[in-house]
This record gives sequence, structure tokens and C-alpha cells, in this order.
Amino acid sequence: MAPVATPFFFYLFAAIMVIGGVMVIKRKNPVHSALALIVTLLAQASIYLMLYAPFVAGVQIILYAGGIMVLFLFVIMLVSIERSMKEQTFNSQRVVGVIAAAALGALFISVYVHGKNIFPEGVPAMGEGDNTQKVASLLYGQYMFSFEIASLLLLVAIIGAVVMAKKRI
Amino acid sequence: MHQLIQYISSYLTSDKTPGVAGNMFWALVYIMLVFVGLSVAVIAMNWLERKILAHMQVRLGPMRVGPHGLLQPIADAIKLLLKEDIMPAEADGVIFWIAPFIVVLAAFTVFVVVPFGPTHAITDMNIGILFMLGVSSLSVLGIVMAGWASNSHYPLIGALRSSAQMVSYEVAMGLAVVSAILMTSLNAEGTGTLSMIGIVQAQLAQGEWFIFKFFPLGLVAFFIFAVAMVAETNRAPFDLAEAESELTAGFHTEYSGFRWSLFFLAEYSAMIAVSSIAVTLWLGGWLRPFPNWLSGQTWDQIFNVFPGVSFLLLAAICFYNTARMPKHPLFRVQTIGLAGFGIVLGLIALVLFYPPVSLRVQDIFWFAAKVAGFMYLYIWYRGTFPRYRFDQLMQMGWKVLLPMGLGVLILTAGVALVQPMIWHP
Amino acid sequence: MQTMLHITTLHYLVLGAALFLLGVIGVLTRRNVVIVLMSIELILNAVNLNLVAFSHYWQGIPARFGGGPLALHGQIFSILVITDAAAEAAVGLGILIAFFRNKETVNIDEVNLLKW
Repeated sequence: MAPVATPFFFYLFAAIMVIGGVMVIKRKNPVHSALALIVTLLAQASIYLMLYAPFVAGVQIILYAGGIMVLFLFVIMLVSIERSMKEQTFNSQRVVGVIAAAALGALFISVYVHGKNIFPEGVPAMGEGDNTQKVASLLYGQYMFSFEIASLLLLVAIIGAVVMAKKRI
Repeated sequence: MHQLIQYISSYLTSDKTPGVAGNMFWALVYIMLVFVGLSVAVIAMNWLERKILAHMQVRLGPMRVGPHGLLQPIADAIKLLLKEDIMPAEADGVIFWIAPFIVVLAAFTVFVVVPFGPTHAITDMNIGILFMLGVSSLSVLGIVMAGWASNSHYPLIGALRSSAQMVSYEVAMGLAVVSAILMTSLNAEGTGTLSMIGIVQAQLAQGEWFIFKFFPLGLVAFFIFAVAMVAETNRAPFDLAEAESELTAGFHTEYSGFRWSLFFLAEYSAMIAVSSIAVTLWLGGWLRPFPNWLSGQTWDQIFNVFPGVSFLLLAAICFYNTARMPKHPLFRVQTIGLAGFGIVLGLIALVLFYPPVSLRVQDIFWFAAKVAGFMYLYIWYRGTFPRYRFDQLMQMGWKVLLPMGLGVLILTAGVALVQPMIWHP
Repeated sequence: MQTMLHITTLHYLVLGAALFLLGVIGVLTRRNVVIVLMSIELILNAVNLNLVAFSHYWQGIPARFGGGPLALHGQIFSILVITDAAAEAAVGLGILIAFFRNKETVNIDEVNLLKW
């Protein structure tokens, strides 16, 4: 099934992502930043769908937008933001930060300008027919070790988060 | 012009959903149909809830607005649309405005993959059930935003409690869903599927609904999902966050008029959505009872008349109640209205008896009947169970349903591995 | 114009780089700790976008060079990165709550108890 209007959708979602990213780093109110980040994450899930990765898109929606951002919103509401809204938005090293980021940006631009002919053709369109089955066969076959280590990492993170946030250990 | 007609009619002989076949016109038509159907279902649920709750509490419910209160939802809708739109002074304007729309969006987008039949779905994604679980978890964000933007205590506490409850029971739901997906992989290739239509076809191929498979494992998984889905949609007995006597309506306290009706619409749509998940995963989706056992021409014909017979029954109930109406001249309009409603139902029943229509409507009818059973269960729970206290609620989510879900998952996986060795050693 | 209309892998990489830069600016310049953590999530998402874009590219390469329809290594890596991001966000926010309980501020300039 040939995709239609790919450039339109790519530029639409890319614009949404970049505008969301800019709003994350510019808004004074942390709740607005969190909402902008949610918009960015959902647009990124759409771009994953365009890249024929539906399983990763589903995981992104469930985990990132539906889990991690809810956690962020909870913490923002628990931590008082009235006092932080009265302070300055940018910290004392903002000038150096922007210069460093600009240098990194110049590095990226030079890399991509030099290498812009490495990827000449778009990839032929393929169905999303059995993406989940292929991901499963790889994840539980070749990458089984990484999978188990990821589950151990999550266990350690749960214990760590509970211990860190307790009032009295 | 000829190309347009060609484009439209080329789908009519296809055996795929419009999304998979790539036909945008029919996909839009199906979206409109689902939207209209969902709105009608929510309106009917409003009336049914008030009447059934009333009859369970030995009273009559709304009787005045139309015959037996049939026009009550319309009166409610007009009232909500005409109410003054209040926004608290210190509220965060943009977030206050967007929050109901996010909840409604999350509740309605889920219906893109709900299968009303083997080709009667808007599309059939490869990650169908994952998409449904993910998008329904986005409504938590809308609730948190609503509680935060109202800038007052009761909505904030209600929103935090409500979202904590929804997030906790999502885990139990996910585990129950995974153990049902496991059962789809018991076929020749050994691969299961996450697509909703594929799950029902797996039940058809294996010859039993997943609720009865590996008895009692399927039943326990269904039970876990049934409890978790009631908690997920903030309905009784888990409605501490929005009950009137507890938190003055929780996260939607500060919302009035049209915005409140959006929350209401989203809540009922979410109820229908999670009931659709339960019906698809455990109760066989659009399959009629015993599709493999009682198959053949005569049994098919017997089951074909069920839609028409059910509407005839409803029409008969209408006429019976018309006969029981008081003979006072002030009741004349209501009597005529009820008789007219009965005639409309009878006409629909006649249309459904016509063979080409009844063949097409079969799958949708069985799916809708099973979801309607779940809606009755929701209302029954509301009329029967006392409310859970919040700490009892969280305790049940984490300490009871989660271990049960894990146990069912491990046992199902074990039995699925051992099963071929038992039957074909 | 033709370069702009034909979407190749390079377009996705440039988008990822832009998000990465935005995240770096957020980490280096914002004062609120929660927003610094959110900028870190932006960085991780940019990396994920690169990984999935490359996995899509590898699916077009013939199988004898390591590509083919089963070459979904980038997608697997990105799933593991998302898992990592969840764990790190949870622990980071736990530390933030512990710190906030002691010092009553979320200003990153005041996280200076170990300064000489």
C-alpha cells in the first residue's frame, strides 16, 4: 500500500515536534512545558508510524506519553511551583550554554552537509503487516540478554525510586 | 466522475477493512457511522442508567419528559448546552479549555480499531490492542490537566486520586490482556497476533471463546479485566474521585454546561471502549454463540432472526406499556408518543428480518448485544455495591489484582506450553 | 525543491539533530530541575528517532549486507532506550522529591551543598 502525501505529513509532524521542543525549553510554567513535551512525544509516535515501526509507536504512546509524562505531571504538582514561577527562567550559565549548543549545532550541520549524499534514495514502502512478530522474534531471540538486563534495571529503578522518595527509610 | 464511482464501488467487493484496503472514502463513512452510533449509544445509556437504577431502587425514574422519560436525554442535552459557561478567575485558561477535549479525543480515537465484524472496522492495525490500551491511557493526562487548571482544592485532590487509580488499574488490565493474547498463539505457526480482528479469528479457529479456555484461567483473566475496567473508567464502586457526597464531583467540579457534557460523553465512550476490549478478547467479538458446533444451513437461519426478534420484543414491550398507560386525557400525547415509538421499533424489526440486511447486520448485532450486556453490568454495579475507600481501592489494585494477574499469566503460559504434550504425546 | 519534497533518511536525521540541540539548550540553561529532566527526555527521544530512522534504512539494504526485512535492530534498541528513560525519570524524580523535601526549592542553582 503506497503511502500518500508523505512530505506533507513529515513536515507537519516535524513542525509540531520542533515547536513543542521550543516550548518545552522556553515556558516559565512547568505544567505548560510538560504539555508541550507530551505533544512532541505524540508527534514522534506518528513519525514512527511513518517509518513503518508501529510497535515502537505503540510503546512510545503507552510508556512515554501515558506513563512517564503522568509521572512528571504528578511531581510538578507536588513540588510547589509558585515560588519557582517568580524566579528567573534561565540560570546563571545561560550564555555559555547557548554558545556550547551553537557549537554542537555547527558540528551537526557540518557533518550533515558533508554526508548528504550517503542516503540517496528513500526506502521502498513496506507493509506494517507483521512488525510485532518480527520484533518479538528478535527481542526474545538474539537480544534476550539485553531484555533480561532491562527488566533487572527496572527492578533496581523501582526500589531506588521508592527508597529515595520515602520520608523515613 | 467515472473514476470516483469506480473508487467508491471497488471497495464493496473487498474483504478487508477500509483502512487496510486503502480506501479513504469508505474509511470516512465508517468513521461517521461509528461517531453517530456512539453518540446514540451514549444518549441511550443516559436514559437506561436512570431508569434501571430507579427500578433497582424501587422507584420509577424520569416519567414526565416523554413517554416513560424517553425524551429525558434530549432535555438534558438542551439544558447543558444552554447553561452558563463559568471559568474560575485564577484558572489557567488554555489548559482549562483543552482538558475536556483531550479526554474526549482519547475516548473516541480508541474506536478506530474496534471490530464490529470481520470487515466492519475502520481499520485493522497490526498493534490493535496495544493502540487501544495506549490511547485510553492518554485520558489520564486530560483528567490531571482538568484538576490542575481548575485551581481549587477539591478538583485537584479528585484529579490526583482519579489519575492514581486509573494508572494503578491499567497495570492489572495490561497483564490480563497479555494472558489473553497468549492464547492467540496456540495455532499451527505458533505466532499470535495483536490485531483485534486477528484475536477474534483466533477464537473462531480454536473453537472456543477465550473466557472458557484452559478453565479456569481464562475466567480469572476475564474477571481481573472486568474489575480493572470498572476502576479504569471511574465508575461505581470505584468512583470515590467523582462521587457527589465525597469530593463534590471531583475533577469536573468547576466545569459547567457544555464542557461537563464533554466529560460525561468521554466517560460513557470509555466505558463502551473497554467493554469492547473485553468482548473482543474474551467473549468472542462478533461471533454468534456456537459458530463451530451448531453450524450449517438451519442453525444459521435460526440465528439470523435474532436481531429482528430482539427489536420485535422491544416493540412488544412498548405496546404493552401503551396499553397500561392511564386513560386520563392529559396522558393522550404520551400514549400516542409511546405507540409511535413502538411502531418505529417494529418497522426496524421488519427491516432486520429482510434477508440481505440481516446477513450484513449479524456480526454487528452480536457485538452490540454483548457490549449492551456489559453496560447493564456497569449499571447493576452502580446500584448494588457500596463505594470503596481510596486506600482500599489502591490496595486492591496493587496487592490483589496485580499478583492475580501475574499468576494467571504465568499459569497460562505454562499450560500453553504443556498442552500439546498432553493432547498429542 | 526536489530535495525538500523527496523524504530520505537524512530528513529524519536532521530532525533528530534539531531535537537534540533543543534538549541540550534546555539542560544547560534552564533553572527549574524538572524542566532539566524533561530536556533530558527530549535528548533521549532525538536519539530514538535516529535509531528508528536507521532501522528503516537498513530494511531497504539487501540481506547479504546485513539488511533485509528482519533487520529491526534499531527498533529493538529504541524500545530498550525507552525502558531506560522510564527508569531514569523515575529515579531522577525520586531524588528531586527527596531534595525538595529538605530545601524547599527546585532551583538548580541552589543544588550546591557539596560546593567548597
